[in-house]
Amino acid sequence: MSAQDVQDWIGKTVAGNEVVLFMKGTKAMPQCGFSMQVTQILSHLGVDFKDVNVLDDMGVREGIKAYSNWPTIPQLYIKGEFVGGCDIVREMFQAGELQELLSAKGVAHNQQTLPA
Amino acid sequence: MAMAADDIARMIKERFPDAEIRIEDLAGDGNHYAATIVSEAFRGKTRVQQHQMVYDALKGNMGGALHALALKTTAP
Repeated sequence: MSAQDVQDWIGKTVAGNEVVLFMKGTKAMPQCGFSMQVTQILSHLGVDFKDVNVLDDMGVREGIKAYSNWPTIPQLYIKGEFVGGCDIVREMFQAGELQELLSAKGVAHNQQTLPA
Repeated sequence: MAMAADDIARMIKERFPDAEIRIEDLAGDGNHYAATIVSEAFRGKTRVQQHQMVYDALKGNMGGALHALALKTTAP
């Protein structure tokens, strides 16, 4: 794929799935601690998401960084919008903001909060 | 490849002269850091925008020489 094809593919993937996580590894087997943390948060919230393993394709691995102007992976997209990487997702989850965002965007999830 | 904490702090300070910066070397390997940055420049910005500003200040080192930098950014 050319760089432009990769951008088109990323755009379609992000638009065609409610929740997409670009990650190292798969949701069943994350290959990096940061990707694993986001996977765990989404699973904890019962969010159904599409995982894209950037390790499978060097073009996508670099292309996703250009797509969002964001230098690291994982990257979470909800309803087409870039939400953030591991730090931001964790901070939002801990503050209850991720749950609010999912509700506001109409994405099915449970109402779990952090265990006390 | 790795970066010294002082270099990270210096690059951030160049971009955000008012910033209070705290950097921890999480693993002691010069490769996994956590930075807390407080600057007026972050006011009114989303978290994504705030982190993009920091990545921009690091001039491409993030994801390259710098493997892991956990960021916490706030306005005073």
